[in-house]
Amino acid sequence: MDHIAQGIDLVVQDVTVAYNNGHVALHDASFSLNPGTICALVGVNGSGKSTLFKAIMGFVRPVRGTVRIAGDPVKAAHKKNWVAYVPQSEDVDWSFPVSVWDVVLMGRYGYMNFLRIPGAQDKRLAMESLERVKMTEFKDRQIGELSGGQKKRVFLARALAQQGRIILLDEPFTGVDFKTEGAIIALLRELRDDGHIILVSTHNLGTVPEFCDQVVMINRTVLAFGPTETTFTEENLALAFGGALRHLRLDHTDVPGAERNELVVLTDDEGALVVGAGGRLERRKARNDDQKAGSEP
Amino acid sequence: MIEYLLSPFHYDLMLKAMFVSAMIGGVCACLSCFVTLKGWSLMGDALSHAVVPGVSLAYMLGLPFALGAFVSGILAALCMGFIKSRTRIREDAVIGIVFTTFFAAGVLMISLYPSNIKLNTIVFGNILGIAAGDIWQMLIISSVTMLVVALKWRDLLLHSFDPNQARAIGLNVGVLHVTLLTLLAATAVAALQAVGACLVVAMLVTPGATAYLLTDRFGRMMIIAMVMGVLTSLIGAYVSFFVNASTGGCIVVLQTAVFLTALMLAPKHGVIASWLKGRASVTALMTGVPGEPVPSGAVMR
Ligand SMILES: Nc1ncnc2c1ncn2[C@@H]1O[C@H](COP(=O)(O)OP(=O)(O)OP(=O)(O)O)[C@@H](O)[C@H]1O
Ligand SMILES: [Mg+2]
Repeated sequence: MDHIAQGIDLVVQDVTVAYNNGHVALHDASFSLNPGTICALVGVNGSGKSTLFKAIMGFVRPVRGTVRIAGDPVKAAHKKNWVAYVPQSEDVDWSFPVSVWDVVLMGRYGYMNFLRIPGAQDKRLAMESLERVKMTEFKDRQIGELSGGQKKRVFLARALAQQGRIILLDEPFTGVDFKTEGAIIALLRELRDDGHIILVSTHNLGTVPEFCDQVVMINRTVLAFGPTETTFTEENLALAFGGALRHLRLDHTDVPGAERNELVVLTDDEGALVVGAGGRLERRKARNDDQKAGSEP
Repeated sequence: MIEYLLSPFHYDLMLKAMFVSAMIGGVCACLSCFVTLKGWSLMGDALSHAVVPGVSLAYMLGLPFALGAFVSGILAALCMGFIKSRTRIREDAVIGIVFTTFFAAGVLMISLYPSNIKLNTIVFGNILGIAAGDIWQMLIISSVTMLVVALKWRDLLLHSFDPNQARAIGLNVGVLHVTLLTLLAATAVAALQAVGACLVVAMLVTPGATAYLLTDRFGRMMIIAMVMGVLTSLIGAYVSFFVNASTGGCIVVLQTAVFLTALMLAPKHGVIASWLKGRASVTALMTGVPGEPVPSGAVMR
């Protein structure tokens, strides 16, 4: 019974964030997202992606501008459990004596009573979330006894269990194998169809056209924002990444259907973006075939 | 013989000492789980030393001992918090600077204005000389601490494990932090009268550390630590009667003995178990016996 998130929107307006050392990591950033969308957040290292997430989470207070969720300030939205967040790197003590199950249940704390004793509903949702990320068998493992990708999945499960209407994922694909990446993408699509807002930062430019409806490009401010088709263009990418992008122009390729046999390969540091003739985005259709061929890393 | 073994129970003083030790031992053990996991071992040390100026000031002004101690402990904790948030100095250095400053101020005050308190009492405690009023104080502090932990341990756990998530679901992290600090300071003050500033630290660290070796679940860790805290304190106080030695000393030596036993024999994290497991897996590799298979669900489809 996934609740349909109706009317919960995310509005980031003129947000300026400065760190203690005086460094302005983000200035005058504005965009807004409506329910039922997957939005990519792309930019070079240090462009302020994580900072933007922290501002939405209320971990850093903007010196100027506001973040509003369904018209409420972020604090009020968090009290209602509207926002789930999977950070870039979990800043937790991995030797802590908690199991995978305990961690996933932590996503339900906000719904539990004063004593935080999990009810049947909490347990059911935690179990379902573990199943969705295929981590059920690791339920009783101590949290440190997992691989990096498995840890990521557990924290993803926690975010799912929280049933946030807005889900923030900071580089969920880094250090994750190809199959898991595909599964996470499928999961995000399901969530989008349920009406969630998903904001996901990634260096994996190749997958952006595959599953993102909208794109925010940032470099210390929002450079471009809009639907993937019109915003995720070669020019905008050049603007966002400048010389930081590996840029290969290939001739005589045999991509069928291309008017010209010319292909541009743009790559940040992970999956490459392939731009066909006339700026057409080449989606990765091969995912399923690859999987069948057994692409064990 | 039995008469001899039961002799401590004939003395009111000893009964009181054993009761107080067990109580303090239990509360300290309970908090020790948070202390060891948060990396606050030094904090216990710091708080117990930082109370000294408060104690001497309270005596000069004729105020209750515990009040002065508590205020000065919290003040020290706030100083640490302030310096840590404003500078890049590491937490251990901040704690080191602040608590020695407080302790030095206390020593200075006692030496300048000699009163009827002795530094010795603060540093080493005097469980046999505890007044009835002090026992009431300890009883109240212990009950409140246990109540708060019993009600809110899951929140405190989440706060210790992942403060960002705690904030994300709308918990007030600042309040939780201060709550934990306050409980720690209050308990340190209560324990101070029993075992003294030096040995408080041991009681606030050893049971938690021992329990941590024995389990991977926080709930069990708390239970193990508290059972250990109560038993070692009780037995320590009892033994101290026969060997005619410092009660605090007996308790802490006993706790250390339990810790060392756990360190060697713990089923999963113990030294011997790790050694045996290491050997077993090497043998398995050499003889070609496959180790633990990867569960089929390990691959996310
Ligand atoms: N705690 C901090 N104190 C001071 N400056 C910081 C802090 N965290 C980040 N910065 C600075 O803010 C800028 C933006 O950092 P941010 O972490 O948001 O980048 P990012 O876009 O997430 O990069 P990446 O792709 O590497 O994750 C960087 O220049 C960084 O040096
Ligand atoms: Mg980042």
